[in-house]
Amino acid sequence: MTYTADKPPHTETREELQRRIPGWGADLDPRDRPSVPRERHDTGATGAHWDFPERQEEKRPRERSVEHRTLTPVFGTVAPTHGLSGVIRRYAYRKYSEARAAHWLLLVAADRVDAVESHLRSFATTRPDNPITETGVLSEFTRHGISSRFGRKRADLNHIWIDPIVVAGPWLLAGGVLYSAVRAVTKRRS
Amino acid sequence: MRAMVYRGPYKVRVEEKDMPVIEHPNDAIVRVTRAAICGSDLHLYHGMMPDTRVGMTFGHEFIGVVEEVGPSVQNLSRGDRVMVPFNVYCGSCYFCARGLYSNCHNVNPNATAVGGIYGYSHTCGGYDGGQAEFVRVPFADVGPSVIPDWMDEEDALLLTDALATGYFGAQLGDIAEGDTVVVFGAGPVGLFSAKSAWLMGAGRVIVIDHLDYRLEKARIFANAETYNFAEYHDIVVHLKRITDFLGADVVIDAVGAEADGNFTQQLTATKLKLQGGSPTALNWAIDSARKGGTVSVVGAYGPIFSAVKFGDAFNKGLTLRMNQCPVKRQWPRLFEHIQNGYLKPSDIVTHRIPLEHIAEGYHIFSAKLDDCIKTVIVPSAA
Ligand SMILES: NC(=O)c1ccc[n+]([C@@H]2O[C@H](COP(=O)([O-])OP(=O)(O)OC[C@H]3O[C@@H](n4cnc5c(N)ncnc54)[C@H](O)[C@@H]3O)[C@@H](O)[C@H]2O)c1
Ligand SMILES: [Zn+2]
Ligand SMILES: [Zn+2]
Repeated sequence: MTYTADKPPHTETREELQRRIPGWGADLDPRDRPSVPRERHDTGATGAHWDFPERQEEKRPRERSVEHRTLTPVFGTVAPTHGLSGVIRRYAYRKYSEARAAHWLLLVAADRVDAVESHLRSFATTRPDNPITETGVLSEFTRHGISSRFGRKRADLNHIWIDPIVVAGPWLLAGGVLYSAVRAVTKRRS
Repeated sequence: MRAMVYRGPYKVRVEEKDMPVIEHPNDAIVRVTRAAICGSDLHLYHGMMPDTRVGMTFGHEFIGVVEEVGPSVQNLSRGDRVMVPFNVYCGSCYFCARGLYSNCHNVNPNATAVGGIYGYSHTCGGYDGGQAEFVRVPFADVGPSVIPDWMDEEDALLLTDALATGYFGAQLGDIAEGDTVVVFGAGPVGLFSAKSAWLMGAGRVIVIDHLDYRLEKARIFANAETYNFAEYHDIVVHLKRITDFLGADVVIDAVGAEADGNFTQQLTATKLKLQGGSPTALNWAIDSARKGGTVSVVGAYGPIFSAVKFGDAFNKGLTLRMNQCPVKRQWPRLFEHIQNGYLKPSDIVTHRIPLEHIAEGYHIFSAKLDDCIKTVIVPSAA
């Protein structure tokens, strides 16, 4: 087999499979499956009663991909761009198409800036970010953190040690920025 | 209202957030009764998806009760119990008209290469998700369906993504009777893919993971043959060996961007975010498929490039098929399969957690603690 023309045989027959597995072969006909054919013309089947949807009001300028002719008729309005992360995000959208690595790498960089900005801003509120509660890390104690991981053949143990660094990164960065700002001010005074 | 809110990588909390409002005449506001955490949420949670903003509420798997409808809504009214596909889609654009609901062109200004998804970053349209007490549902006449009376709530919840996606993954494999099907990943999506492969006539279904408790589920729930890749020096060679050195006719990647098994891929993708995803499982899929075979990819990858072994796929003449799942297209058939008793999706739910404790919910699911497979979130107002 394999090095000759026949397909390696299975050990189970059709009847055995039908007996062992409820519903075996219920969708046997490849043409009679819900996503076949891949493109199927079904306007009217979707519930849409418009050719083109009415337009949602653009209450504030909405960033969009330069690969779109206009703003789409419907869009999400959560978390509008703001701060330095907003400047980077709007630039990434305005300047680079989705085809450019710069577009995505700038957006990822803006995400990191957003996290630092948001952590700093939270300290001026009644609800500062709390890394202990927000990471849910206390569930390590109540949900078998040790026995879920060790003595098992898990492949992720070689990299989970990096996670605390990823989590603490923005905090260390923010602390560093704060520290040097304070240093700069006190130095100027002395 | 109370809502889960993203605070940066690995950090979420529950906040008081403004109630969503009708922003378009075909919007509805839905009071969420059950939501779930999906493997896809982990890509956001770990900060891998570009343009994931602090302040966003995640959650693209949810069911609920219609609270309010916009003036042009015809098919739903206040009080209807609805299940909402994870896709936000218009039902009328070029792509929707062809059944490609997950590739809608009218709902995502941020990207043309992605459709709209609830609570899934601005790259997927900037919509808030359903891990909250209330959620805005655009195109209420298109996406949601009233939950049939006979259907179990949690079955309905799993139909909004995981089950539909797993079933779709098996379809993308173009399985023919007697095919050997390998599924990488024994998470909710992989378990449902394995189960669905039998419905399409597979002769042998093999599931690969490194979490023994999930492999056990694959044996019991999905009647599959299983192997823990951490026990083998090279899982691809093992798969060749057990298929008489032919390879599998169909391989399904139900792992996606956070695949384990290769430290460098993990480091560059999930930690440093320099790849759209760690393609370890995808590469194994390419290498363990037989020449001329099909690789179906339902595991999700981000828009940044990934180090995929494209040359092997090319030289082997593989067919690569993939997409976000067009959920509602799967529903009528899946409803039948559930009614006939062929599928019982809620069997995979392991954890039910109040919305207020969602940070623990994320940690447990992300770190795979406590033999977690699928986590259901119960909002306080449910
Ligand atoms: N296409 C879609 O529409 C769609 C919809 C839902 C989910 N998804 C994607 O499907 C994937 C799985 O989702 P899920 O909810 O089942 O997630 P999950 O995290 O529960 O499951 C992933 C499983 O893969 C296993 N795994 C890791 N590396 C592996 C490897 N190299 N080989 C084999 N197994 C490996 C993990 O141990 C885990 O059990 C995710 O990437 C998710 O984003 C896609
Ligand atoms: Zn999902
Ligand atoms: Zn559309």
